[in-house]
Amino acid sequence: MKVWKYGDNIDTDMLFPGKYVYTCSTPEEIKPHLLEDLDPSFSKNVKEGDLILAGKNFGCGSSREQPVVGLKAVGIKAVIADSFARIFYRASINQGLILIECPKLVEAYSEDDEIKLNIDDGEITLNEKKFFFPKLPKEILAIRDAGGLLPYTRKKLKNR
Amino acid sequence: MDKTFVEKILAKYGKLKCVVPGQIVTVKPDHLLTHDNTAAIIQKIKPELDKYGIYSNTIPVIALDHVIPAASEKTATNHKLIREFVKTYKIKNFFDIGIGICHQLVFEKGLALPGKLLLGSDSHTCSYGAIGAFSSGIDRTEAASLLLTGETWLKVPNTIKINLIGGIKPGVYAKDVILHIIGDISSSGANYCSVEYHGDINQFTVDNRFTIANMGVEMGAKNSVFFVDELTEQFLNSIGISKNEYTPIKSDKDASFFKELNYYLDNITPVVACPHTVDNVKPVTDIAGLEIQQCLVGTCTNGRLSDLKIAAEILKGKKINSNVRLLILPASKDILEKALNTGIVNTLIKAGGTLLPPGCGPCLGAHQGALAPGEKCLSTSNRNFKGRMGCKEAEIYLASPATVAISALKGVIADPREVIKK
Repeated sequence: MKVWKYGDNIDTDMLFPGKYVYTCSTPEEIKPHLLEDLDPSFSKNVKEGDLILAGKNFGCGSSREQPVVGLKAVGIKAVIADSFARIFYRASINQGLILIECPKLVEAYSEDDEIKLNIDDGEITLNEKKFFFPKLPKEILAIRDAGGLLPYTRKKLKNR
Repeated sequence: MDKTFVEKILAKYGKLKCVVPGQIVTVKPDHLLTHDNTAAIIQKIKPELDKYGIYSNTIPVIALDHVIPAASEKTATNHKLIREFVKTYKIKNFFDIGIGICHQLVFEKGLALPGKLLLGSDSHTCSYGAIGAFSSGIDRTEAASLLLTGETWLKVPNTIKINLIGGIKPGVYAKDVILHIIGDISSSGANYCSVEYHGDINQFTVDNRFTIANMGVEMGAKNSVFFVDELTEQFLNSIGISKNEYTPIKSDKDASFFKELNYYLDNITPVVACPHTVDNVKPVTDIAGLEIQQCLVGTCTNGRLSDLKIAAEILKGKKINSNVRLLILPASKDILEKALNTGIVNTLIKAGGTLLPPGCGPCLGAHQGALAPGEKCLSTSNRNFKGRMGCKEAEIYLASPATVAISALKGVIADPREVIKK
């Protein structure tokens, strides 16, 4: 498992350039352009189960959904950051991508440290040290547990 | 107990007596805005659309504005899909290419009213706080779900109260005020918060308020809001909406704010947001003299008639610098018509401007006006992210229409106070 570490204010243009927004919308179309203007090595080398660590305001900018769809599709296990921008946060709930706000862990991490995630218990282990993050409210967990917003909505429509 | 604007409006739409920050409420928005991304949205839910149909044909507002006229077979096909969807489901509020930028259309067609709640799959949906509505951006998948069910959840945010005190000086505009604020509190300074503007508001026209509310998302805000006053009523009246058609909501006197910030407008000078974050704000005097190759006046942030007029007054009878391209991007066809009828377009074109159809393309590098490596663009738009105008080795600077116009004349970033004396 690799940890991809980035700084503050990683915006939606860095995560997925605007010039592709109206020509790429499926996971396969999105994948090659993920993080293209931030880190060209990302899309070539990212593997299922990798983590992203970042500073504050990750995902700021557009309501662009492609970065979230793309990160989920390449198998990013979680993005751990100091903070997230709100539309990106909502989009991640809706796609089932795990986002964790844990500035203390981001600060404590150095290269080659080992990170273990226990999402259900709100716990991250960095080498031997434990960090905790708050659980999502039940209304939101219901969406994530359904596998994202569309499966959740389909269920709702069916039961209506 | 006294409440903020957002606490009141989310209680109303959540059908609850009272809500508190952190609480999650289920709301049914009055309108759902989508644009060229409608194609991707409806493709996500094709089987559900066939089976259940849409929740309402009056709630969706669809405008084709991001890649117009279509740039390729792919974008043309997207537009075609959207037009077919609009016909099939008899969508009431559809605006085809050339009518305008979605946010300007929601605003000038009277779809956003004081006390109403709107959501849209575009981050600048927050603009309609200019006239006292609650509006906020969401993603495509959520827009898809809303098309089917008409409802979603919102978390009640904390509220930041911003007091704008005193009067702005000549050469300083609403754009400078909002860039100054973002520079001060940072790109994440209002994350997840509702922002209310108080104080000496009546010096700001509804157009000015639009510019300020539009950039709320650039400091992370969920929504920004100005309360209804005489200027709001006059504006609504001018588009044919009378006072009995809306119920304004404003925060109570002793509402509890998460933070209160004072900005003394007399101290604000013309500023520029430098690459590559909107909060990298510097006084124009710090970077005056920097050579630029492209200027852009327009977009949803500063593409209204009053903005084009400011640029035209500076450029009248003059020619832009031969090393600069000046793009003019009116926010709507209605504005374009007025700019044609008042000679503004003529002035801008004679000065060397290139008129583009009302739309969003250049701002996000999706269509027209792209930059080359090493080039610098001074723009009235709202974002200067790396790569945003189609090239990661280019630089984008953000400023008011006056700063952009004077800079286009000189070929370098310049201080508008050189020409605006009163």
